[in-house]
Order: sequence, then structure tokens, then C-alpha cells
Amino acid sequence: MLHETIDRRTLLKASLLAGGGFALEALIPLPVRALAAPPGTLTAFVSIARDGIVTIVSKNPEIGQGIKTSLPMMIADELDCEWSQVRIDQADVDAKRYGPQVAGGSTATPTNWLPMRQAGAAARAMLVQAAAAQWNVSADEVTTSKGRLYHTASGRSLPYGEVASAAAALTPPDIGTLRLKSPEQFTIIGRSQVGIDSPRIVTGKPIFGIDTRLPGMLCAVYEVAPAQGGRLISADIEAARKAPGVKYVLPMFGNGDADQGQADGVAVVATNWWLANQARKQLAVKWDLSAAQGHSSQAYQEKAQAAFAAGNGEELRRDGDPATHMANAARRVKARYQYPFIAHAPMEPQNCTAVFKDGKLEMWAPTQAPGGGLNMIQKALGIGPDNITLHLTRMGGGFGRRLMNDFMVQAAAIAKAIPGTPIKLLWSREDDMRRDYYRPGGWHDFEAGIAADGTLSVFTDHFVTFKGSDGKAARAADLSVSMIPAGLVEHLRYGRSMMPTVVRTGPLRAPGSNALCFVSQSFLDEVAIAAGTDLPGLMLSMLAGERREIPPRDGRGPPFDTGRARDVIEKVLQTSAWTQKPRQPARAKGFAFYFCHQGYFAEVVEASVTDGNIAVHQVWVAGDVGSQIVNPMGAENQVRGAIIDGLAQALSGQQIELVDGVVQQSNLHDFQLARISGTPAIAIAWVKSDKPPTGLGEPALPPVIPALTNAIFAATGDRIRSLPVRLKTA
Amino acid sequence: MKHKLHINGQVHEVEAPPEMPLLWVLRDELGMVGTKFGCGAGLCGACTVHLNGAARRSCQTPVGSVQNARITTIENIGETVVGARLQEAWLKVDVMQCGYCQAGQIMSAAALLTHTPKPSIEQINSAMAGNVCRCACYNRIQTAIQMAAGVHEESTHVA
Repeated sequence: MLHETIDRRTLLKASLLAGGGFALEALIPLPVRALAAPPGTLTAFVSIARDGIVTIVSKNPEIGQGIKTSLPMMIADELDCEWSQVRIDQADVDAKRYGPQVAGGSTATPTNWLPMRQAGAAARAMLVQAAAAQWNVSADEVTTSKGRLYHTASGRSLPYGEVASAAAALTPPDIGTLRLKSPEQFTIIGRSQVGIDSPRIVTGKPIFGIDTRLPGMLCAVYEVAPAQGGRLISADIEAARKAPGVKYVLPMFGNGDADQGQADGVAVVATNWWLANQARKQLAVKWDLSAAQGHSSQAYQEKAQAAFAAGNGEELRRDGDPATHMANAARRVKARYQYPFIAHAPMEPQNCTAVFKDGKLEMWAPTQAPGGGLNMIQKALGIGPDNITLHLTRMGGGFGRRLMNDFMVQAAAIAKAIPGTPIKLLWSREDDMRRDYYRPGGWHDFEAGIAADGTLSVFTDHFVTFKGSDGKAARAADLSVSMIPAGLVEHLRYGRSMMPTVVRTGPLRAPGSNALCFVSQSFLDEVAIAAGTDLPGLMLSMLAGERREIPPRDGRGPPFDTGRARDVIEKVLQTSAWTQKPRQPARAKGFAFYFCHQGYFAEVVEASVTDGNIAVHQVWVAGDVGSQIVNPMGAENQVRGAIIDGLAQALSGQQIELVDGVVQQSNLHDFQLARISGTPAIAIAWVKSDKPPTGLGEPALPPVIPALTNAIFAATGDRIRSLPVRLKTA
Repeated sequence: MKHKLHINGQVHEVEAPPEMPLLWVLRDELGMVGTKFGCGAGLCGACTVHLNGAARRSCQTPVGSVQNARITTIENIGETVVGARLQEAWLKVDVMQCGYCQAGQIMSAAALLTHTPKPSIEQINSAMAGNVCRCACYNRIQTAIQMAAGVHEESTHVA
């Protein structure tokens, strides 16, 4: 390159460690616009101490997706050390130093794959150079293995630690000159590594947000209105204050923004969380609940039907001439689908520890998006990020819930009201269930036209969803105009109608796709049967021909690669022996495919129905997330978890019902999660394409739901068009 | 009210109302936070401890009722043969994703293996039915228990 705009040498900074050894900071830009950090922010930090201990800083939040293990694996492999030499430190939140620190969207693997390896390779190159200088040989003659340097000709070798201090004085290499390993040279990547925190988890060490304890700390609860957007009128402060253990009762008028600010509420602060929670019962709060009047599941259902009756909605996408082709179709198929609001219900209820002293906040927060929490605190309380020290803790699950940070604002507000006293705010399970940012419900009116030759020629969807007070689609409630089969059918129309909601909505694992895949792949199963084929047959016919990349219509996200889609579909048909039908009565296989978060997944479910009971016997998964599975042990766990999570959404009766804005569900008896007894066998096949690796927290989930409902149809003739699954025959 | 508790081989004296659940005595009075809070209603099993070797939901166990019991928590379960084998198996198959429920899972599994050293898969599912894993690491929980019980071939592909 003749005209480099950045000096690639300045992307690396070496320094001497206190106590001897070598630290390397890599400031390599991440290759994704959405996560673009200002130049000079740290992508990786690795140090090698004199005793050979390699320390890698993990800057992303850990929610169980395994990132605290898998990103350091990338660095350590190129550094060519032993995994047992590696220690990992969780970084605090520091936007100036690290740029955005987020766990969401299955983005960490694709964005970090190259820069993490470059950082490791740069550190290795400097150790090689230092050893070459010490031995007075050419760097080309120095090799490495398992954390040692070798000069084969003279039979000399050294551990990394012995030249680490000398390496610190060298000029870092140009990252453009670094030779990265080829996949067959990997010694850590692609091999199963136990999660870095696992030994501390099985022995009960304090590592989660809820485990934070500080000297003199008090425990807090925050009572909010039962309905969304409720305002505080009055409370019996004295009665609660007299309860055992209670130190403070603090009525708080929020900033009127229950979504992205502080909701009105009453904080009860006590010596013990249970005592604080007991004292809530004495509060007798009076609320103004008028804002949520009429926001009921039943009313939403009626409005959706009215929207269907009123027309086809605002046009979001039109390809070709759907109206004419629908009118001329040899056969038409019509069906309406719907799904409910659902909650995230991570196992660790929302919590946050905070102390406010001399105008500064120090916080310990289990959050997937700490930057968002800092913004909310600034807006609601006027405390800027420069006056906040924020420590990231491990999280007891996220699933998207912890992308929203209302609990951080509440903890900060309570701490600010009691300067000098550390407080830990903890929600009860009931709080967590009733104050979620729910996966929004939605309704779809589909129609498809099949041409005389049996091909799907036209496809339309009228989607009814929710809008916020700004008139735009509510968070995580919009239709992706790239929803399959868009791009694969010549004539297509996607329309949208919206009704207002005051209910807080937000992304749930595989947002959008977790619902859109169910409705579209179930309806396409109906279309395939009407066209005389089956769903994999229909999908393969639409994907046939030369491999092509279909760019997203809205310009967001990666293109859809028809070849990768075809490969995973063909793979799962083979592993599941798709054409061999189960012999038992009321037992059958169902199929579905989806593409989201850059991952391609085709899945087959074998299920049976006996006396109204649905049993899932086996699930086959074929997935393409690129050329390399970074940590096979972690990757398989993500897929298995996603499959069982999706099955539970369909089969455990999961739904959030609203009456005048009040959530009717409260705990795990009326919002059920998957339990061990229904666990099916799950067979996973990786299809390794020539593309860089991408993330796995989300894309395996969506197809399993329609694969299940299509299996139920094949087994019983009962077409499931609404979630959660309810059998007509039951 | 003062309570004398026998926890993990040590005697602790705590001042608390007798109806306070053992969970909150452990977490907030004694600082033993390995035992987790999940639902507060005996529905998820995250708070499982042993009372005289039997699995109990500490969120549903008033402290006033356990004065004479031998209480064991995740912090000390590794001192038992069964507990140590389970912890080893848990790491071998790396059961967990987020890990939050795993203390409760291991405590329930330890109670199972103490009474049923070679459980069938049905016995495992039955004993573990009260423990929710939101990340759904159930295949591996089954495998790890079988491995600790010596009824799982180590050469078998890890679930």
C-alpha cells in the first residue's frame, strides 16, 4: 500500500511491567462500523510477567456466552503460549480506553477475530526479536512453542518470561507484516477449553453482581407501580420505617421516563435484603395508574384484528407486482399467525451495588451494555461518566434483559440519597418478572400464491405491531424487511400497522428472528404442502441455481449467501435422515431454516403427541458460523441452550398477559422455564464455510420453534399458528 | 432472636427473626454468598443447601427451624467425597454457561448421589426436576452426574 492513512506501527504500544516483564496494548480498529470506537481505543491488552504468567484483559461483559474465555483464546494461540499460563482480568468500564463494551447481537466473535490474533502475534514477534538479540542470531531462526523460544541450530531455548523485560524496550512491529497462523497450526483455538470462571463457580466463590459486599453496606428494594408508567401519589413511610432492620425509607419521584430513566418509586433500605423486602408490605402506596388504562392483552388482540380488517398496512417493501400475481395465482394459501409478549427471566434477578461519596459514584453492575446505563444515570441524576467508576461483574444470564439498565439508575439514585453508605439494590423475582422490557407480541396476516408450475410466485405479509410515544416501532417490535423469503420470491409485499403501547419492550435472544422465524417458516410449511412438496424442498428450490449473495434491503447487516443456506439445509436433511419417517403413530419430523446474526441454521425436530402431551425426542442441528469454531465446548453449549430455550418458549406456556398495563404473571410457576425432564437428544453438525467465524449466542434459537410446530402438524394435522403451543385436540 | 447454627462444620451465632429464611441469613448475615437467590418461592432450586445431608430450599426454610441441623452449603460440599467428584465432573464437561444456578444444581446432585450412588437417567431427572437452569445446560448436567457416579463412559463424546 502506497498511501497508508494510519501508521500501523502506532497501533501497538509496548511498555515495561512493574516488577519486570512486558505489556502490549493493541489499538487495532474493529472491522465493524456499528461498534466503531474512536481511534486510539484499546482492543486488546496482554502482558507477560517474568515468571511467564500471561495476563489478558477481557473488556466485554460475560453473561454466560463464554466471551471471557474465547477472546483470550484467540490472543493466546497467536502468542503461542500454553493456555495454562494465561490469567484473565475483567476490565472496568472505560469508554475512553476501550470504546464500547457490550454483550449483545452475537457481535464479539466476528469483530474481534482478526484484531485479537494480531495482538497475540505482535507480542510473540517481539519476544522472538528479543530472544534473537540475546542469542545474537537472526529472528528468522527463532521458533516458539508452548510459551518457549527455541534456536534449533544451537539447541538453545528460553521461556517467554526471561526475555519479556527486554521485549518491552523494542519497537512494536507493523501489524501489516505479522504472519498469522494457518488453522492447522492452532493449538488453543478449535480445542475445547473450560470456562475461565468455572472453577470458581462450582465452589461457590463470589463472582456475580448479587455477590458484591462492601463494608457497611445496606440492602435495598425499590417498589414501583404495578402498571407501566405509574406515578407515585403517597405511601406510609413511617410504617415501613418502623419495620425490623429498616434504616431508610425514601420516596422518589423519578424523571417521568419509566423506559429510559428513573420510574417513580419508594426505596426501602435495611440491614438485610429479606427485611427490606418484608417492610415493603407496610408501604400501602397509592399510585396513579391512569397512563396504562386500556393496555390489556385482550384489547391488543382486538386492535390487531381491526387492523387486519382495515387493509394491508403501510407498505414497507414491495418487489415486482404482488397484487396482479396474487390474483392470477393457480393456488392461494392464507393464514394468520401470532405470538405473545414474553419475559427474559434470567436466573439472577436485576441488581446493582453503588456508593456515592464526594460527588462521585462507584458502582458494581451486572450489565450487558454499561455505556447505556451511564447515559441513563447522567440524564436522570446529572452524574456524568467522568464521576462514575463502574466495575463489571459476571452475570447470571442476560438474554438481552441486561442491555437495559433501569436497575443501575435506581441503585445510583438510592446511593445518591444516602451519601457515604454503600447500598445493594436487588429486585425480587416478582419485580423482575413484572418490570421487564418484554419481547413484544405480534400478529401476521400471510398470503402466498403458487404458480401453475408449483413454484411460489408471490408472498405477502401484513404485520401488526406496536409503536412507542415517538410514533416509531417500539423497541424490538419492527419487521425486518429482509425476512425470508424476501429476496427469494419475485413478487412480494410486506406491510405494517402499528398500535400504541406503554409497555416496555426490548430485545430478547435473537430479537425479531425469534418470532419472525416461527411465523414465516410455519407458513412456508403450509405453502410447501399446498404446492405438493415439503418445506426443505421448497426452500431448496428457492435457493437453487448459482450461489449468490443477496444484500439486506435496509442496508443493515451482512448479505444472505444462498450457498451457505443450501449447505446447512442439505446437511441437516442428511444427519436427520429426513426422508425416513418415524413408524410410530402421531410421531413425525419437522424442519425449519433461518439466517440471523450472520449464522445459518437448519434444524429438524422429531416429536410425538400422546393423549395431548407433546414429547420432543430428538433435534438435529446443522449450523454454519464460518470457518472456525473457536471453543467447541462453549459453542455446543450455546447451541444446546438455544434449542432448549426455544422449545420452552413454545411448550412451557410462556406468555406475559396484561390487564390495564399490569403484568399478570409473577414468578416461575406462571411463567415456566425449561426443566431437565424434557431434555431431548441434540445432534449438532458444523458446516465449515470459507467465511470468518461469527457469533453463537443467538442464531441457533429461531428455527427450532417452527421445526417443532411443523413436526406437530406432520404428526397430528394440528397446525400451530399461535404461541405458546396449544393443541386443538388436547 | 439469637440462633446457633452448625454450618459447614462450624458454629455461627446470628441475631435474626426466626421466620427469616436461611438463605438470607447465609447471604446477608454471614456473607456466605455461594448459595443463590433465584425466585424466593421454592420454584427454581438456586438456593439449595443440605440439612443433615438432604437437599432443602433455603429460601423456604425459616432460620428458627434449623438450630439443631447440620447445614452444608456449596462452599463446603467439596469436602465430601460425592461433592468433590461432582465438582470435578462439572469442570470436566464444563456444564455451565452463566453458572448462576450451578451451586444449587450441585447441591441437589450431591444429595441424590449420597442416597442413590448409581442413579438411572429417570432418577437423575426426577431428583433434579426442581432445579432450573435458564441457560438450559441440562444435557451436561445429566452427563456430569453420570460421570461422578461412574455410570458414564469417559470416552463417550461430551454432551
